Amino acid sequence: MTRSLAAWLAGIAGAAALVLLPLALNRYGIYILSLWAVMTIAAIGLNLTLGYAGQISLAQGAFVGIGAYAVAILTTSGFPFVVGLAAALAVSFAVGWLLGYPALRVQHHYLAFVTLAFSTLAYLVFRNEEWLTKGIYGIVGVPRPSVLGIATAKPLPFYYLCLGALAVVSFAVWWLVRSPWGRAFVALRENPVRALSLGVDTRRYTLMAFAIGSALGGVAGAFYAPLVEFVDPTPFTLALSLNLLMMVIVGGAGFFLGPFLGALIAVLLPEWLRFMEGWYLIAYAVFVMVLLVISPTGILGILDRHLTARRTRAASQARAAAKPVLNSEAA
Amino acid sequence: MARVLEVSGLRKHFGGIKAVDGVSFHVEEGEILGLIGPNGCGKSTTFNCILGQLAPTDGEVRLDGRVVTGMRPSELNRLGVSRTFQLLQVFPQLSVRENLILAGQEHKGTMLSRLLGPRDAGLTAAADRMIGFFKMSHLAGEKAGGLSYGQQKLLDAAMAFMAGPRLVLLDEPAGGVNLTMLGDLKDRLQAMNREQGATFVVIEHNMDFVMSLCTRVVVMAEGRVLAEGRPEEVRRNPAVIDAYLGH
Repeated sequence: MTRSLAAWLAGIAGAAALVLLPLALNRYGIYILSLWAVMTIAAIGLNLTLGYAGQISLAQGAFVGIGAYAVAILTTSGFPFVVGLAAALAVSFAVGWLLGYPALRVQHHYLAFVTLAFSTLAYLVFRNEEWLTKGIYGIVGVPRPSVLGIATAKPLPFYYLCLGALAVVSFAVWWLVRSPWGRAFVALRENPVRALSLGVDTRRYTLMAFAIGSALGGVAGAFYAPLVEFVDPTPFTLALSLNLLMMVIVGGAGFFLGPFLGALIAVLLPEWLRFMEGWYLIAYAVFVMVLLVISPTGILGILDRHLTARRTRAASQARAAAKPVLNSEAA
Repeated sequence: MARVLEVSGLRKHFGGIKAVDGVSFHVEEGEILGLIGPNGCGKSTTFNCILGQLAPTDGEVRLDGRVVTGMRPSELNRLGVSRTFQLLQVFPQLSVRENLILAGQEHKGTMLSRLLGPRDAGLTAAADRMIGFFKMSHLAGEKAGGLSYGQQKLLDAAMAFMAGPRLVLLDEPAGGVNLTMLGDLKDRLQAMNREQGATFVVIEHNMDFVMSLCTRVVVMAEGRVLAEGRPEEVRRNPAVIDAYLGH
């Protein structure tokens, strides 16, 4: 009970900080925080596919691109943002579902290559299909929407819009991973053959894991487009997919809060290490390598191991206290 | 007695290797059938063909009279055929209780109700009853990966019974389990059979375990059925003795 109470208090404190913090920040600071919220949404999606369901994807950046283009194309043609958001969600869900089919046949690094190929393909479409995407010139002047009559053109209201989206996505995914679906996803990751023999339709859950994870990439893109107000192909190369993968792994794949932490590091570290100029990527790389040697399950993995060890100690102390006479079997 | 499972003329060839070469047998309701034979005689392959993990080259499998040959494992499971594997197969990151809930959740409701309904799919009480039945109540909240090998084997078996199956196929349940645990396991399987009328097929190398647990035994050798009968008959059968000594 006290543990869940502590978790609730930490959650409320975190949410309050996210609401209040931007009031003390300048325009650029608010932009960075908005970018964090958007990237966290995409990373949450990838965490669902990779961390929970165990299906590697190197295409999450492409789905951010699909979502961004959906919103950019539709809103610059006069449709409201909501229509763009719905299209971003629907298209990335459908494409993600289709991308799940190879995962039914290939796994691990082979699957990584299939998704990598898709990522490259998506980039080529963004760059070359000028009739749709305006190619390398990009789509200029993506408008920021009005929500319930409130214009979000200024940085602060738009940040709150992104934060609201993050809150909705977080709640939905929190619900999902605690539902029987979440359990089936974990079963899929840990032992698909056994899961199948227990009646888990691994095929359907695999496709769902891909589709939902990708749809969240699309949602992130839908907010990314009005955030930067300009969409061209360059942000959506393989580098973004790899960056999102880093966020999930550094934060802790398969932990609910992993993507929040991973995105925080990936978005803020370049700012903190600005004094290092071009060297910051090297510093980031060294940090990631050291982290993964110490804890392959990311930063939250360290915390988890620490907590588990403490609980085990407490439990064995409780057992020892309850049963003072040792018998050989109890060990 | 009704026939729960009927296997006729089952064949599975891998290239030139005839792993299963025309196997026929049946399982009656409420019995514990032992499936024994030397290593490599096709027992596990027979299981995998029955359960849809492998597509048989030829032959037919009937469950309660209905042809189920070539169905997917998840479909068969929902029709009431459950199994354990030769190698240990529990979900180490899930707790004992969660392992059992998982084993039951896909048998209830729809994909939508599993998404929007209660977290435990309404199975906590049933899972705890099963945990109690297998005498693991003190371990209910522990991660399965932290259990001893014997305890994981018990959990593995418990999971196979969770959804109230028509038929359970156990592939070497006693393999690697110490003597004390082995007694517990046999006791629980017999109780399952006696009290709940569970029907199962057991592949096992431990002869004492098979002979004392099973009501009927099918002996396989080189992909075929060599003999069939009550444990004591089979034990005296010269062909069986020969097959075992010959290897």
